[in-house]
Amino acid sequence: MTDWIDIGTLADLPLRGSRTLTLAGDPVAVFRTHDDRVFALIDRCPHKGGPLSAGIVHGHAVACPLHNLRISLATGAVLGEDAGCTPVVPVRVAGERILLASPVRAAA
Amino acid sequence: MEFFEATATHVDDGPVPAPASPDAREHLVVIGNGMAGCRAVEELLARDGTRFRVTIFGAEPHVNYNRIMLSPVLAGERTFQEIVINDSGWYAQHGIELVAGDPVVAIDRVARTVTARSGRVTGYDKLLIATGSDPFIIPVPGHDLPGVISFRDMADVDAMLAAAAGGGEAVVIGGGLLGLEAAHGLTLRGMKVTVLHLMPTLMERQLDEAAGWLLKSALEARGQTILTGADTAAILGDGKVEGVQLKDGRVLPAKLVVMAVGIRPSVKLAREAGLAVGRGIQVDDHMVTSDADVLAVGECVEHDGQCYGLVAPLWDMCRSLADGLVGRTNPYRGSVTSTKLKVAGLDVFSAGDFSGGEGCEDIVLRDAARGVYKRVVLKDDRIIGAVLFGDTGDGGWYFDLLKKGERVAAIRDVLIYGQAFASGGGLADPKAAVAALSDDAEICGCNGVSKGQVVASIAGGACSLDAVRSGCKASASCGSCTGIVETLLALTLGEEGVQAGPKTMCKCTSYGHDEVRRAIVEQGMRAIPEVMQRLHWSTPDGCSSCRPALNYYLLCALPGEYVDDQQSRFVNERLHANIQKDGTYSVVPRMWGGVTTPTELRAIADVVEKYNAPMVKVTGGQRLDIFGIRKEDLPAVWADLNAAGMVSGHAYAKALRTVKTCVGSEWCRFGTQDSTGLGIKLERGFWGSWMPHKFKMAVSGCPRNCAEATIKDFGVVCVDSGYELHVGGNGGIHVRATDLLVKVTTEEEAMHTAAAFVQLYREEARYLERTAPWIERVGLGHVKARVVEDEAGRDALAARFWHSQSFSQDDPWAERVAGADAGLHQPLLAAAE
Ligand code: SRM
Ligand SMILES: Cc1cc2nc3c(=O)[nH]c(=O)nc-3n(C[C@H](O)[C@H](O)[C@H](O)COP(=O)(O)OP(=O)(O)OC[C@H]3O[C@@H](n4cnc5c(N)ncnc54)[C@H](O)[C@@H]3O)c2cc1C
Ligand code: SF4
Ligand code: FES
Repeated sequence: MTDWIDIGTLADLPLRGSRTLTLAGDPVAVFRTHDDRVFALIDRCPHKGGPLSAGIVHGHAVACPLHNLRISLATGAVLGEDAGCTPVVPVRVAGERILLASPVRAAA
Repeated sequence: MEFFEATATHVDDGPVPAPASPDAREHLVVIGNGMAGCRAVEELLARDGTRFRVTIFGAEPHVNYNRIMLSPVLAGERTFQEIVINDSGWYAQHGIELVAGDPVVAIDRVARTVTARSGRVTGYDKLLIATGSDPFIIPVPGHDLPGVISFRDMADVDAMLAAAAGGGEAVVIGGGLLGLEAAHGLTLRGMKVTVLHLMPTLMERQLDEAAGWLLKSALEARGQTILTGADTAAILGDGKVEGVQLKDGRVLPAKLVVMAVGIRPSVKLAREAGLAVGRGIQVDDHMVTSDADVLAVGECVEHDGQCYGLVAPLWDMCRSLADGLVGRTNPYRGSVTSTKLKVAGLDVFSAGDFSGGEGCEDIVLRDAARGVYKRVVLKDDRIIGAVLFGDTGDGGWYFDLLKKGERVAAIRDVLIYGQAFASGGGLADPKAAVAALSDDAEICGCNGVSKGQVVASIAGGACSLDAVRSGCKASASCGSCTGIVETLLALTLGEEGVQAGPKTMCKCTSYGHDEVRRAIVEQGMRAIPEVMQRLHWSTPDGCSSCRPALNYYLLCALPGEYVDDQQSRFVNERLHANIQKDGTYSVVPRMWGGVTTPTELRAIADVVEKYNAPMVKVTGGQRLDIFGIRKEDLPAVWADLNAAGMVSGHAYAKALRTVKTCVGSEWCRFGTQDSTGLGIKLERGFWGSWMPHKFKMAVSGCPRNCAEATIKDFGVVCVDSGYELHVGGNGGIHVRATDLLVKVTTEEEAMHTAAAFVQLYREEARYLERTAPWIERVGLGHVKARVVEDEAGRDALAARFWHSQSFSQDDPWAERVAGADAGLHQPLLAAAE
């Protein structure tokens, strides 16, 4: 069974941006895209661990701030020529509230 | 616009053709003012400009235009004027009479006349039928409702645009080339588009299943709904279209239905005139029909059992036709075709036969991460088909090998990696590959231009991409051969001889930096979404390349008015600190001209201890860098530094970084002027200004140049008689020493010139172009002309700079300390453990 924890509302997230939190010891980046969809990834780039939360969010992807790899927000996979994947944290929007699946390990 | 109100102006010239002044030349009458008809006339004129008097009848009220470019017109990427092939001047120049807007309704082969709808009867010696195709309309109930439109000519585009105004829902029936280009255009025009396709995969005649699926996913990602296996039962609506019903009962609301399910050769006239007609008008190898005086060309013909629906075969046909007319033999032997989809940012190519089967061998390369799929089909050691998705750069090469029927055993193992690889083990110069192409290799499929013709056009004086485009038309349509044309320019003229043209900003747009910037200024655009909408960005919100550039261009164009878009900035500029490899940040306070005080040093020391910064270092820019600060602590660190009077050093920004100085006349035994003082003045005056890239300055007190002023973007070298102002220097990978811009005698002049230079750079350089490459591109002469020689211009540039500075010297740190954007630094949920 997945536990869902309430992490706030859409208004807490900057449009085309992200905020972070720590879940079961893991850094998590929660993203809000141009079309108000919410995604969550472990905040660690599969390349060299860059904080994805600090990247530029475009479409349903984020560009890692360290070396500009593009990561799909939906799958965590690196887009483009390189390979790699960062775990996705299941996220749900229930009414106003954003719910995150916890603990991360169970989902990853 | 080039309009011909023909029916009104051209009067019936009687049942017996009687030209006003008798013309001894033979009369060639062309039915169809489209791509093939006019091209045939062009080819004929190129061979013999005197033998025929030419009259062209066109059903459309326009001059000859490039039909394949209707898709970019629909998408808003081109205007009608831009796709005109021959304007009215061309007809006049060659004495061609154009009867536009008056279709021919009958041919009398015995009397050798044609009759137009207006009743006008015209005699001919030779008749050329080039009537093209008619769109096929599926005869479901409702197919004739207003709002059901085909996609064939300019009138259809106008009708679609009228329907698209105000948005709403559109259904495109048909997931082939035309349907998908229509869907793309309508999506860009703001409609919510659903594509209905009967077959299980899109463009099934050009693409295999894998590529069709990739295409579907890519289009869906752009917001279209694609329903495959969707069979239309009826078009619903009362007096106008309201929706589409599928055979499975689903109903899709729509105010516009585009029917793009196929075309049929337009043969009615020919059939009624008793010419031999199968699927198309039957012609021989010189495009002569069953009547020796009647020729036919283009999509309306059937040659050797084949009908064609693409332009490339027309070019071949027109050459054989013109040769035949002037008595040369050059038989047309049919064409192999290739297809490209003209949807910006989506690369799809196919050629030949890839249905596979007996004796065929597939070579496939898939790169899921890059979204690339390539498949080449071989038979008997020759390429017979190719499908490319995501990376179509080698399409032309495969197509050339295919058409020539060349054996590929020797390169079989590396074939799929493309030409550069196959012709030299991966390290080969891609230029060599282009150089190796034969002269008759087709470069531009859209306009039928061979390598030989491109090279001839360049040799004839076309020194830039644009000049080649307007000269021989290569790369002027879909643009997919642009790379090859650029290589040919470089090969023919040498790198230095090529005049650079615009490269597109990124995959999201077909415009280059300069074009986008010009459009922003000229059209007074005020926000990123507005630019994306007006210039038809192919992505919903751009990418990490174009967003920061657009943000800068708008900021530069509208100082004090434009509201900066934080989410379009790289993290360093968003957080006003430099991100480090471990995700912590470094903080560099300004140290004006490299001069500091005990108070500042104490404040820095305190910060280092209070926040446990693991390192503090003197930078190469004469100031101190505090490393290892956590994102959450940044506002507190800044607050402490602000309290000691320090502001952000913008060590992270595309803006003024440091101004290095040496001690100068105040202390140094060689110093000629107060270099430290001038450096501080410069830094105080110029800090905070956003630039295309980072910008560094230095002031050295004498030509010994201890502040390294001659590798700075703007460097001052003091001499006894004044100040030498140097520009365009760069450290970095490619070191470039500065050019001397001008020598001035006072500090005021130095500041004034600096302001004018910086503003010119701000207004003209492309985003992420430092002064060094910018000056290499535009030339020092240009910069001198604007900043040194044109006094009024210099004053105006400097005035614009100081105006902009009046809005930009707020310390970003102080703003954050005061609470702006606090959320950026704080975790979303403090205790989510
Ligand atoms: C801190 C510093 C090294 C040091 O410890 O001394 C430094 C550090 C970095 N430099 Fe530098 N450069 C530093 C002085 C220089 C200098 C010397 C100078 O300014 O006199 C140069 C050569 C001069 C020049 O720019 O032409 C220099 C040429 C570069 C380049 C190459 C620029 C180019 O046009 O080719 C880069 C790469 C880039 O910007 O793309 C770069 C990029 C960087 C980056 C931003 C790399 C990065 O993207 O993370 C480093 C960030 C460090 C940080 O997080 O703080 N740094 N860098 C210096 C900071 C100066 C300051 O006080 O602001
Ligand atoms: C939107 C669109 C996109 C396309 N994209 C591509 C592409 O990317 N690549 C490609 O290779 N091909 C493409 N094509 C196909 C290409 O445009 C045609 O193959 C080409 O135009 C055929 O030339 P044509 O002269 O035979 O016919 P047309 O160009 O259609 O010319 C026929 C002309 O004859 C006129 N006419 C018809 N009957 C009469 C009459 N009785 N009296 C007088 N005039 C008459 C018609 O009005 C028309 O103007 C595209 C077509 C369309 C519609
Ligand atoms: S020289 Fe290289 S390693 Fe050193 S600071 Fe500059 S970019 Fe980083
Ligand atoms: S760490 Fe993300 S791209 Fe290198």
